[in-house]
Amino acid sequence: MAETSALLAVTDLQAWYGESHILHGASFEVRAGEVVTLLGRNGVGKTTTLKSIMGMVEQRAGSVRFDGRELIRLSSDAIARAGIAICPEERGIFSSLDVRENLLLPPQLLPGGLDLDHIFELFPNLRERQASQGTKLSGGEQQMLAIARILRTGARLLLLDEPTEGLAPVIIQQIGRTIGALKAQGFTILLVEQNFNFAATIADRYYVMEHGRIVDHFPTAALAANMGKLHEYLGV
Amino acid sequence: MVEIFGIPSYALFGQLLIGLINGSFYALLSLGLAVIFGMLNIINFTHGAQYMMGAFAAYLMLQYLGVDYWIALVVVPILIGATGILIERLFLQHIRKLDHLYGLILTFGLALIIEGLFRNQFGSSGKPYQIPALLQGGRNLGFMFLPNYRAWVIAFSLVVCFATWFAIERTRLGSYLRAATENPALVRAFGINVPRMVTLTYGFGVGLAALAGVMAAPIYNVSPQMGSDLIIVVFAVVVIGGMGSILGAIVTGFALGVIEGLTKVFFPEASSTVIFVIMAIVLLIRPAGLFGRTV
Repeated sequence: MAETSALLAVTDLQAWYGESHILHGASFEVRAGEVVTLLGRNGVGKTTTLKSIMGMVEQRAGSVRFDGRELIRLSSDAIARAGIAICPEERGIFSSLDVRENLLLPPQLLPGGLDLDHIFELFPNLRERQASQGTKLSGGEQQMLAIARILRTGARLLLLDEPTEGLAPVIIQQIGRTIGALKAQGFTILLVEQNFNFAATIADRYYVMEHGRIVDHFPTAALAANMGKLHEYLGV
Repeated sequence: MVEIFGIPSYALFGQLLIGLINGSFYALLSLGLAVIFGMLNIINFTHGAQYMMGAFAAYLMLQYLGVDYWIALVVVPILIGATGILIERLFLQHIRKLDHLYGLILTFGLALIIEGLFRNQFGSSGKPYQIPALLQGGRNLGFMFLPNYRAWVIAFSLVVCFATWFAIERTRLGSYLRAATENPALVRAFGINVPRMVTLTYGFGVGLAALAGVMAAPIYNVSPQMGSDLIIVVFAVVVIGGMGSILGAIVTGFALGVIEGLTKVFFPEASSTVIFVIMAIVLLIRPAGLFGRTV
């Protein structure tokens, strides 16, 4: 497929934390409107990939093109203004802010973000808990809040880092439905997941990471044919 | 003569007033330190020198430019705040990722340099600063005599402290500040220019110190060491209140000023040490400070 059709094109991405070299030339792309999942075992560089795209890793090299624009030298605030938003693995809910403040924290940077009413339709629990301290919410509610607050900003590409980690099955289903709804509204989503069964319900395509590189990729249609390989990659 | 606990009322209330005045300065200065520490993770030892610079700026502007107290009250914090922004850009931003100690030593060194320069230029004897005409004199409240200027200092510091607290705890901009204190990398990834916010925060904290300096000029002598005399006590106040706590800095500032004042009445020998005794006790019982969050 032609590279021009990709909303996000990552080429030969390298990243370091101090002395340790984490990403060794990861290349992949995400087309507009897709949900793409990065799979891989712990420590293969999935989170680092998201953080490198977002500019949150200081030492990085290679190319991250978003909507035709090179981002690799930009600071994370400039990358946010280009239209990318992250929901970090640790969720990053601020304890000194109440739920409403957490929700309103990321500023609207581009037109086209969801308004508050729309967000509360997607996450009805948050409406009633607006005055609570951010970190007093349950794990599931915190995850919803972490996703909800990046929907206002006008970002077109959402980077979601393990949104189901540590959550109950019923909450995971709810998050799955939400991601589906976001996709239907035109958001492009790059997802990091360990929970393969969850990813299978929402993703269009998969990339598999090992040792800081992309080692395989296939669309959802080819999932069944690749199950054997996947089990080997993920060690499940 | 009215007596309370065997103490003449004018003495008791007089010391209470002095306590509140000192408390006003403790609160303003520890507030600035708390704001700076929260955002920059730097213990700003230059704070006392910046307070002194504020007082000197007011003195020099009156002496040579004829700029009166009221204008100085507005202009000096902006001016000295701008020197703070310069210090942050030139020095502090480069040591942000290093241990606390580097910031402490750097700001301490800057304080010594600044105080040395002022001593060289102006000598160590104090310079008088006239109380502004509008606030000269005072009123007899019956149980004590209240000088107008002192009443103004207490009232105005309360207003400034409350306004700062409100701006940080209750406004949108304040929520950026609080969030960036917790997780600057994530706030930046939301599209907020955190480095600029850090610079302006330092400028604001320094501006608060300078404001305190202007307010102090008519009460204490304007002298190069006026800051270092005060700052040691202010650091004790910050430790008692809890590093980085805004409300803690304000409440402890005023409370300790009053406690110190009352100690002067009831047990004068301990008046200069009482704050440090309290600090030691607080550190033993609540190491994070009275209002500090234990993370």
